[in-house]
Amino acid sequence: MFTYTLKKLAMALPLLWGVITLIFFLIELSPGDATDRFFTPETPPEVRQAITEKWGLDKPAVTRYGIMMVNLLQGDFGRSISQERPVFDIVLDALPNTLVLSLLSLVVINLVGVVLGIIQAARQYSALDGGLSVLSLFFYSMPGFWLALVLQLVFGLWWPVLPTSGMIDPVMHDFMTPSQQTWDKLAHLVLPSIALGVSSAASVARYMRSSLLEVIRQDYIRTAKAKGLPEYVVVLKHALRNALLPIITILGMQLPFLVSGAVLVESIFAWPGMGRLIVQAIFSQDTPLIIACFFILTMLVVVGNLVADLLYAVVDPRIRFE
Amino acid sequence: MGAPVTPQDHKPSPLGYVPGLGHLLRGDWPNAIGLSVQLLILTWAAVAGFPRLGGLLFPEQGGSGLHPWIALLSWVGVVGLVGYTTWAGQQPPPPKDSVRSPTAELIKQFQRNRAGVFGLHIVSWMIVLALLTPLVAPFDPDALDVGGKSLPPQPGYWMGTDDFGRDLLSRSLYGARISLSIGFIAVGLSATLGALIGAVAGYFGGWVDRLSMWLVDLLLALPRLVLLLAIVGLFRSAGAQSLFLIVVILGLTGWMGVSRIVRAQVLTLKEQDFVQACRAMGIPDSRIILGHILPNAMAPVIVNASLAIGGTILTEASLSFLGLGVPPPTATWGSIINDGREFMRTAPWITIGPGLLIVLAVMSFNLLGDGLRDALDPKLRGRA
Repeated sequence: MFTYTLKKLAMALPLLWGVITLIFFLIELSPGDATDRFFTPETPPEVRQAITEKWGLDKPAVTRYGIMMVNLLQGDFGRSISQERPVFDIVLDALPNTLVLSLLSLVVINLVGVVLGIIQAARQYSALDGGLSVLSLFFYSMPGFWLALVLQLVFGLWWPVLPTSGMIDPVMHDFMTPSQQTWDKLAHLVLPSIALGVSSAASVARYMRSSLLEVIRQDYIRTAKAKGLPEYVVVLKHALRNALLPIITILGMQLPFLVSGAVLVESIFAWPGMGRLIVQAIFSQDTPLIIACFFILTMLVVVGNLVADLLYAVVDPRIRFE
Repeated sequence: MGAPVTPQDHKPSPLGYVPGLGHLLRGDWPNAIGLSVQLLILTWAAVAGFPRLGGLLFPEQGGSGLHPWIALLSWVGVVGLVGYTTWAGQQPPPPKDSVRSPTAELIKQFQRNRAGVFGLHIVSWMIVLALLTPLVAPFDPDALDVGGKSLPPQPGYWMGTDDFGRDLLSRSLYGARISLSIGFIAVGLSATLGALIGAVAGYFGGWVDRLSMWLVDLLLALPRLVLLLAIVGLFRSAGAQSLFLIVVILGLTGWMGVSRIVRAQVLTLKEQDFVQACRAMGIPDSRIILGHILPNAMAPVIVNASLAIGGTILTEASLSFLGLGVPPPTATWGSIINDGREFMRTAPWITIGPGLLIVLAVMSFNLLGDGLRDALDPKLRGRA
């Protein structure tokens, strides 16, 4: 299993290289660069020259590409031009916030989705099944950013019970007891994680329902039922484990989807995470910051798929990584 | 009693395939509601749109370019369809035991799936309304202050007006044209590209296969919205924000899933005898791929495309919402939501209405796609 993990990570290296190269030359081809914001039409040419040289932008693109790759190999992401501090620090500030949000969403998505799917499959063709199917299709087809706005409207304005922006209460947080502070943080997580996770939860429920229905038709389930086992034991103990396999496959594919959603949800809820950072970096054409963001994103996807692969082995003992 | 109808005597009429027509002819009202509503909308569009045709076709009365002609053609089509259906209502229904072609069998299978038929109904209403928009929209989408600013939904302004006093129903109808066209064209582009790349990769194998699948992995590792954001965001000052380029970029970033599916199909197809026979006869590879292999791999592509239209509409709305979609003042569903964001407190209907339209459109395309998949592939029946 350990060698398998190493092999998978080694296979990710060409992928990382491809992504970084693609994005670097995409930025190079685009008009303007990150130093544009320092200039006005009246800036004297020698000042322009000095600023461009300071950031190393006077060298040809291929040279800068080489320098960047060498630095990256040494673990140096460079300095952000728009924020004028090390990219590593900026990313380190934003990444945990996004991870908290996405991991919480991921847990909620899969719990809710799997439970709903089991309920639907166990009562196939009932009114409950039909109602939940329509409901999950409704949420599956919903734009996440629109749901975020509606949640803000409902729970922030019409029935103001939950905070709708930021990670902590900007005024009161410092005056709270530690337990109140924890509650404050949790309350700020509720709406963003719902907005982020609802459509994925709906899709998990759809997969879970059909996957469980397929397993329930098999002979060993009929045997278990014939033994006189109660239905909940048959479904939860015998059928569930096999039905979970396809869910784990899509678990790995949920991460990029969550990051896409985070771009919108984080800007709506003023959540200082990677999604907002990427938007800012792209709009300011800050090459080192954009490269670092895409590096992290690709790593998230690779690790997500790897975790899904390893979980597969936990659920399905037939699979061995040799 | 006349002579019994044998299968050979009967030529199936294309009308037999119109969902709901059989129910309508037999007077089975509960099941004919879908078609009846559709006919009512069409009749209303034909009647209400007629007086506007004059104004649209003569430039001195306002209106020029291609739109009036599209509207005229759609109007003629609508009048024709209503007339034809009325005429067909007087014809005897086709006998039940006629032999069906594979297409007819497919349509029959599809009609069994009520959810899929419902999706098809909604999709076709939306397309008809989008085509007829210049005739049926109550106001000019960009006209300011048509009756008051920030009016809540009420008779005459069914979706309300925005902060500039523009009528939101008219804007949403014009927005539907943009959003639906982007969905259809971008998915058409990506499905074609994906099918070609997948077929070439699967057929030739070797380094072509490895290279293209590496590219697929690479593009799939990047979340699509983030990649789009990077492309449109970086090139926005170079004019990337035009309708044409948005469609092209959406098409170029959506082909990976299709190419994987087609490649897997081609890998099994190319080992089959008919392909070996083609090779033995010396038919060039390009003709084997385009003429013999791809037609056999099309079913999953069609299913994937109808599901992808919904996803593309969502992606386009997200881009518009970030201010990176089709440039203003052109209304799309996403940009109307974005416009309404500042006025969530005072005028939430600006945001809520178009959002519900997006949900309805995406949901219908998903239902249609699920129905098509069930009809096309018996093995997949019942899966999510």
